[in-house]
Amino acid sequence: MIDALLNVSALCMRFGGLLAVDNVNFAVKPDEVFAIIGPNGAGKTTVFNCVGGFYTPTSGQITMNGVSITGLPSHRVAHHGLVRTFQNVRLFKQLTVLENLLVAQHTQVETRLLPGLLKLKSYRQSEADALERAAQWLDFMGLREFANREAGNLAYGHQRRLEIARCMITKPRLLMLDEPAAGLNPQEKQDLQRLIDRLRCEFGVAVLLIEHDMGLVMGISDRILVMEHGKPIVTGTPAEVRSDERVIKAYLGEE
Amino acid sequence: MANNLRNAFIAAILTGVIVTPVFGLQLVRQGARTLMDPHWSNVLIAMAVVFVGQLLRPWLAIPFRRLKSGLPTLPAAPSQGNKWLVLLIIAAAVIWPFFGSRSSVDIATLVLIYVMLGLGLNIVVGFAGLLDLGFVGFYAVGAYTYALLYHWGGWGFWEALPFAGAMAALFGFVLGFPVLRLRGDYLAIVTLGFGEIIRLLLINLNWLTGGPDGISGIPKPSVFGIPMARSSGTEGVRTFHEITGLTFQSQHVVLWLYLMALLLALITLFVSTRLKRMPVGRAWEALREDEIACRSLGLNPTRIKLSAFTLGAMFAGFGGAFFAARQGLVNPESFTFIESALILAIVVLGGMGSQVGVILAAILLTVLPELARGFAEYRMLMFGLVMVLMMMWRPQGLLPMKRPHVELQTK
Repeated sequence: MIDALLNVSALCMRFGGLLAVDNVNFAVKPDEVFAIIGPNGAGKTTVFNCVGGFYTPTSGQITMNGVSITGLPSHRVAHHGLVRTFQNVRLFKQLTVLENLLVAQHTQVETRLLPGLLKLKSYRQSEADALERAAQWLDFMGLREFANREAGNLAYGHQRRLEIARCMITKPRLLMLDEPAAGLNPQEKQDLQRLIDRLRCEFGVAVLLIEHDMGLVMGISDRILVMEHGKPIVTGTPAEVRSDERVIKAYLGEE
Repeated sequence: MANNLRNAFIAAILTGVIVTPVFGLQLVRQGARTLMDPHWSNVLIAMAVVFVGQLLRPWLAIPFRRLKSGLPTLPAAPSQGNKWLVLLIIAAAVIWPFFGSRSSVDIATLVLIYVMLGLGLNIVVGFAGLLDLGFVGFYAVGAYTYALLYHWGGWGFWEALPFAGAMAALFGFVLGFPVLRLRGDYLAIVTLGFGEIIRLLLINLNWLTGGPDGISGIPKPSVFGIPMARSSGTEGVRTFHEITGLTFQSQHVVLWLYLMALLLALITLFVSTRLKRMPVGRAWEALREDEIACRSLGLNPTRIKLSAFTLGAMFAGFGGAFFAARQGLVNPESFTFIESALILAIVVLGGMGSQVGVILAAILLTVLPELARGFAEYRMLMFGLVMVLMMMWRPQGLLPMKRPHVELQTK
C-alpha cells in the first residue's frame, strides 16, 4: 500500500504468556479518520502504545510514510509526525494553559543556550512566533479566556480540548486520540465530532481513534477496525462493520 | 486523666529500659580490668523528666499550637524583580566591603561561593526536579581542575576558570548519561555514590593529586594578569601594589577576592534566571510534571535532564575553582558528603526553584554558624532542629518559587 500514511503489518505484542495483540494489520491513509473499536481488554490501547513507541512490539512492522518507526522511542516517533492524547488526560497541570502549548513547541523553537541567554534576535523572534501560534490555537479551540490559568483547574471538557490543541501545535500528520469522548457530556461529544472534522479538513491531519462511544465512531470514521481478544475481527466502513455478524457476536455475545 | 497517668507511667518505664544501658551503666577501666559502674540516679532523673513531660503534654501542646498558627507568613518571592531594587542591592554589595572588617568580608566571600553552589544545585533540584546528593563531586572536580592545572602547568586562575567549569560539566554529562534513566530515590543513591567515588579517587590518586595532603600554594586570582601578592616571586614581574603605588595590605587581597566572587555569583544568578524563562526551563518544568506526556510530544527527556545536570555541574565547577583560589589549598577533606548535604539544605531551605530564597538560605546557613561559634559542638543539632521546624512551619521553603508566567491577553 503505497498511498498509506501509517502502515501497521503483522503487529504482535506479547506480555509474558499473554498475547495482547495478535497479528494486527491496518493502514491509515492521509486525511482519513480510522477508528479501532472492541470490547474492554481487546488490545486497542496496546496497539496505540506500540505505534506511539511506548512499547516495543514483539514482532511486526510499523511504517510512517514508508519509513520504519518500529521500536523507536516515543519522542522519536513524534518527530515523524505522530502525536497522541491519553485515555486519562495528561496535561502539565501546574503550568498554565498557554505554557502547555509553549512546551509542546519545544522541538520547533530556538532552544540553543547562547541566543536565549543573550536574548538574541533569533530567540526573541522564535519566542514571539511560538506565542502567536499558541494564541491562534487557543482561539481555535475557544480556550483563549483561560490562557493564563493553571491547566489542572480547567473543566474536564476543556482539558480534553487543550490536550488536542497541544498535539496539533506540534504539526502532526497523524493524530492519535485514545478515547477522546470519555467523560464528555452529549453536547461536548457533538463539539468533539465537529472539531475532529475541522482538524481533518483544515489541517489535513489523519486521525487514528480509539473510542467506545458508537455514535461518535460511526459518525466520523471512514473505516473501522474491530478487535477482540487481541485479534482483528474485521476492517471496513461503518456500514460494513455494523452489519457484520462477527462484530455483533463480539459485542452482544452468541445466542 | 487516669488514661494520661497510665500513658506517662508506661513512657517512664520504657525510658528507663532504653536509657539504662546508655546513662545508667558506665564502663570504667581499672588497670587491666573493666568494671561496670551503675549510675541509677541518672536513669531516675530521665524517667522523672519523661513522666512529668508526658503528664503535662496536653498543656504543653497548647502554646506550641498557637505558635504554629501565629507565626508570620513570609511572602512568596516575587516573580518579577524590581529593577531598581536589584541594582540598589548590587551596589550595596559592591560598596560595603570597602568599609567592612577583614573577617566579615572573608565570610561574605564564603557566602558567595555557597550562593554560587546553591544556585547551581537549584537548577538540578529546583528546576529539573532531579535529586542530586553528590553535587560536591562536581565542586571537587572544579577545585582540583584549577589546582592541578596550576600545579602541573602553572596556569593562573582566569585561564583555568573556564576549564574548571568545562571539566565539571563534562563529568556531569558523563555521569548523567547512564544515570538519568533512573528516577527519584535511585538517582539520589547513584549520585551520592558518585560524590564519594570522586573523593576517594582524589585521596588515592597520590601521584596526581597529592593524596590526602592535597595541593597547596594555589595563587589567588590576578588583577588582569597582575599578581596580587606581597612579592611576585619571579624577576621583572611587578605586583599590583607596586604598580598602583599602594602599600601592600592583605585586606586588599580579601577585598579583590570578594569582588570576584560577587561577579561570579551574579553571573550565576543571571544565567539561572534566564534559564528559567527559556524553552529549556519550561521543558524542565514540564518534565517534572509528566515525563510520558513530554515524550509523546517529541521532547527527549534524557537530553533535557542532561542539560540541567550539566549546567548545574558547570556552576559547581566554577564555584570549586574559586574555592581553590580562596583557600590556596585543596584536599579531599573539603568535599565530603556533609558539604553536599549543606548545599542541598540551602536549596530546600530557600525554597526549591526560588533564587532569592536560595541566596537568603546561603547567607543564613553560612553566617549563623560563624556567629554562633561558641556553640560549634551543637551545630549539627541546631541544623537538624532548624530543618525540622522548617518542615513543620514552611515546608515549601523560606521564599517559595513563584514561576514567571508568560501572560497572554485574554480578550
